[in-house]
Amino acid sequence: MAVREVVRLILAVSIFVGPGGVLAAGPASDLESLAKRLAAPATQKQALAEAAESADPGLEALLRALKEGGLYLYKDRPVLLADDASLKDLAGQPVLDNGQPAQLSSGQEAVTLDESLFGAVQAILQRLEVFAPQAATRRSAAFKLGASGDAAAIPLLTRVLAREKDPGVRATVAEALAKLQLASPDPASRLAAVQALAQSRSEAALPALRAVMASDPDPRVKGEAGDAIKNLDAFLFRRNVLGYFFNGTSLAAVLLIMSLGLSVTFGLMGIINMAHGEMLMIGSYTAFVMQELFATHFRAHQDYFFVAALPLSFLVAGAVGLALEIGLLRFLYRRPLETLIVTWGIGMILQQAARLWFGDQTSVSPPTWFRGGWEILPGLIFPWSRIFIIGLALAVLLALALLFYRSYTGLKIRAVMQNRAMASCLGVSTRRLDALTFALGTALAGVAGCALSLIGTVDPEVGKTYIVDSFMVVVLGGVGKLVGTVVASLGIGLSNKLLEPAIGGTAAAIYAKVAILGIVIVFLQWRPTGLFAAKGRAAEAT
Amino acid sequence: MKSVLYVEDLTVSFDGFLALHTLGLIVESHERIRLLIGPNGAGKTTLFDVLSGHVQPVNGRVLFKDDVSLLGRSPYGVAHLGVARKFQTPSVFPDHSVMENMVLAAGRKGLHSTLRSHGSRADHDRIAAVLEQVSLLQHASMSAGALSHGQKQWLEIAMLLVQDPTLLLLDEPVAGMSRVEKDRTAALIDDIVARSTCTIMLIEHDMEFVRQVAGRGHRVTVLHEGAVLSEGSLEHVQSDERVVKAYLGRGQLVEA
Amino acid sequence: MKLDRHVAALAVFGIVFVVVLPLANAAGLLSDYYLNLFGKYLSLAILALGMDLIWGYTGILSLGQAIFFGIGAYAIGMCMMLEGSGKGVYGEPVPDFMIWNQVYQLPLFWKPFKYFPLAVLGAVLLPALVAAAIGFLTFHRRVRGTYFAILTQAIAFAVWLLVNRNEMKLGGTNGLTDFKSLLGFSLGRPSTQRALYVVTAVVLLATLIICRWLVRSKAGLVLQAVRDNERRLEFLGYDVNVYKIFVFALSGALAGLAGLLYAPQVGIITPSQVGVLPSLEIVIWVAFGGKGTLWGALLGAVSINWLRSVLTGTYPRLWPIILGALFVGVIMLFPDGLMGLGARVRRFLGPVRMGGPEMAPQTPPSSSRPGEAGVLLEDRR
Repeated sequence: MAVREVVRLILAVSIFVGPGGVLAAGPASDLESLAKRLAAPATQKQALAEAAESADPGLEALLRALKEGGLYLYKDRPVLLADDASLKDLAGQPVLDNGQPAQLSSGQEAVTLDESLFGAVQAILQRLEVFAPQAATRRSAAFKLGASGDAAAIPLLTRVLAREKDPGVRATVAEALAKLQLASPDPASRLAAVQALAQSRSEAALPALRAVMASDPDPRVKGEAGDAIKNLDAFLFRRNVLGYFFNGTSLAAVLLIMSLGLSVTFGLMGIINMAHGEMLMIGSYTAFVMQELFATHFRAHQDYFFVAALPLSFLVAGAVGLALEIGLLRFLYRRPLETLIVTWGIGMILQQAARLWFGDQTSVSPPTWFRGGWEILPGLIFPWSRIFIIGLALAVLLALALLFYRSYTGLKIRAVMQNRAMASCLGVSTRRLDALTFALGTALAGVAGCALSLIGTVDPEVGKTYIVDSFMVVVLGGVGKLVGTVVASLGIGLSNKLLEPAIGGTAAAIYAKVAILGIVIVFLQWRPTGLFAAKGRAAEAT
Repeated sequence: MKSVLYVEDLTVSFDGFLALHTLGLIVESHERIRLLIGPNGAGKTTLFDVLSGHVQPVNGRVLFKDDVSLLGRSPYGVAHLGVARKFQTPSVFPDHSVMENMVLAAGRKGLHSTLRSHGSRADHDRIAAVLEQVSLLQHASMSAGALSHGQKQWLEIAMLLVQDPTLLLLDEPVAGMSRVEKDRTAALIDDIVARSTCTIMLIEHDMEFVRQVAGRGHRVTVLHEGAVLSEGSLEHVQSDERVVKAYLGRGQLVEA
Repeated sequence: MKLDRHVAALAVFGIVFVVVLPLANAAGLLSDYYLNLFGKYLSLAILALGMDLIWGYTGILSLGQAIFFGIGAYAIGMCMMLEGSGKGVYGEPVPDFMIWNQVYQLPLFWKPFKYFPLAVLGAVLLPALVAAAIGFLTFHRRVRGTYFAILTQAIAFAVWLLVNRNEMKLGGTNGLTDFKSLLGFSLGRPSTQRALYVVTAVVLLATLIICRWLVRSKAGLVLQAVRDNERRLEFLGYDVNVYKIFVFALSGALAGLAGLLYAPQVGIITPSQVGVLPSLEIVIWVAFGGKGTLWGALLGAVSINWLRSVLTGTYPRLWPIILGALFVGVIMLFPDGLMGLGARVRRFLGPVRMGGPEMAPQTPPSSSRPGEAGVLLEDRR
């Protein structure tokens, strides 16, 4: 249709003008004359063909106006109707008539654009987006041009490449150019294009390369394309694996913070806290409440809601844990199976209460500092939010290690873990220590929940999703062992994220979970007390 | 059968700490009681742990009745061989009656046997006889948890006796008992020696009790830091200088 | 011969539930709806009995009993579905939900369940085998107590995840439902439901009798000793693992049996009944009624499920909170359950027998006939 005609026209014109040769942007008068010719129906088509070749920055405004019905002829001069109904010339300057803003005669009609040429105008406008002010727009425009297969865009893109400063956009433009050059009749330039694409390491180049390998007449080009595809596939595989490792590590980070708390309470008091998942949930909801609070009262500092949420989730979850321990769990000392049941009941109550109060789906938008990520490889982005979570986990680990091994309180905790009666005889108030340690454990889960809200939804079910994994970590890593918990968290987090893509399909996450469970059971055959268990008589207590 | 128990070069390590260190010991078949004494941490209970299949050594041999190795077996396997062990703290079934405790200890232990019956008449006769021996027959239907500490110890001994063991390991049988109870226990042990053919190995700290028992001519082995320090009659080990030095560091061997 | 109060209770139970209720229904005095409800409760009581055996008596907390229940229910469910479904590609019956999911051939693992005897056998034996396998893998490695509880919970979670998937060809989240008939008898007819009820009641009675026999045997004594002092038992010469695997497998079989009786009466089996939460609920039934008493399991199962039927009708959104509060309250406030309350009341009212167990001197058993030794082993629960 019209577009094909226009393309043929453009090809014809470019043969005259020569590849790489583009009409230089002339002074505004050239644009004006072009505009006048556009205004006349007889010369509109040809004028458009010329416009396709032009790289004049003012062309965009002109064509847009033409398309939207904002181009008028005022006293034989082309003018544009601005948003505020004033008239502007092609350079954007207001049009004056004896010092007064010019007005159109009433009933004057805009220059009409022939319907059949609409597509052509669109195509030109799209191409012109490579000159847009935002890098993202330029990039996507370049990408579209590369995918369009429109060889006429080659000179345009070459010009862009010469002027472009942003490295990310440059890479996309180069890739687009190479893609377009794949259709070149000259095998040498096709070869060069294949090599360029191979170096670009971009996933989007694969379909084009495959097409070349399938149907290119030149054997050298074909061979080069084949090599390029192999290298690219290998690179993409490594890149994806790196991505899975990263995701696995960020999952492990959340799991670690949560499991550290569980391990401490289990190790110290032999308490299985089935409501630990709900402590995570409380942390998540604290973040949500903070977000809403800031949205209503401190809108200007919305991002800082997270700064408030993090310590607050620690405190709130800790307070709930403290209340739980003092009110209920202290009476169930040394009865782990009963505490299991009671805490599950508490968990159910908390979960349903949250559901009734907050509804089933709420979410937290991460603060703007955490949006986007670090593009470590083309196509592989490590989100800042996940990097933060990993950092947070390391900080928590360090803090706990310092607490346990460098502080007096930590010494007391370790003493009670190993020999409660003796520690009590030595003057350690085991009651208070129990309460505080349990609160610490739940507080850690709260922090994990707050961190989790950055990368997932906030809902009542979140606790149940993570509790099973968390228990696996504790069972696997050995109770009360910091190193064991770290290793087990990494193990389970990474396995989860590595198995998922390996299994593939929509249910991959579920099969991965089941597989990991199977692995843990098999592992327990070999080492029933976990990776780093305490040995000797003290260990028999459980 | 020359020896009931033959222990050679026994070494047990807990995470690097050597609880037993190349320990060697022979209990000959004619010996009825062998006393084991030594300071705390000497490895006495650990030796019993090895003998009853609870702990595996890293090195060494343990032969029972000349040629049956006790190593590499589970506790229940060792119990079937005829080694019965009493724990340091009385280990009975507190929620069950004395009679029920005895029924559990006596008779056959396989699942099919226990599904079928509570035990034959011979079993029940034997239970009654043993309960009589430890003076608990009149408390047969009392809950074991309600017994006094001393009575619990005797019940545990009764539970072991009813199995007619070849080797009876008693770990501090008079710990926590009153003087009167200790005397009765000494008499009980004499009674066991008189009425049955089993060999008793006895760990004790109470030197008065040790003297009571050893005075009948039984040998005493002194353990120290995981190995045998001295062996012989009570007078012999009491006058051994090494023993005195080991004890002087931690207390008196000879009572005032 | 003095009337053993347990035997008396069994007799009363038998008369009321096996004879009176169905007759009342046949005469129109008891509605079909309520009879069916009782049938459901009684089948769940069988499930609770299995739990009591393993937790109340042997002290092993299994948080995966719902898995075994599910196997039994799904087994008979598959049988009923095949009976009532249309023909598939190869002329054999294929359930509707598979056809909707574009599966036109019956999967291999469904085929044996076409035959009723195989379905029944599978419903009871398969869970026992699975339980034995789990027990074998865990008990031998001294995985016990809390670790075992966590492990069974994780297994229940995994099974629930899997059964929810459509690929498993078990009906996905919707489960198996719309059962039309069983063995040719239409499930819609009241006479069929009445028959199912009677079968359930009889099976429950038989289960009660067998369980009681078991806990009073020496093997039962051993199981309780496992709960009280496993180490001592081992040193006495018992292969404790064999006992644990046995009782675990038995509890699995009972759970499967319960599922087998449950599905035709309730008309549906879904993954939500096979998972962690239902497994925990079973624990609460037994705890609420009083663990280690057998009758407590029955009482607990019936009362809590009755409570659930009543409350989920009027306060559906509060039910999880109430259930959670039950979990907490039962354990904290009356750990001996309903049966324990009963015992406390009886003690409060004064002893009925002359003298307590400590006082009466016993004649040596050697002068008594064999079998009377059992008198000394009276069940003090």
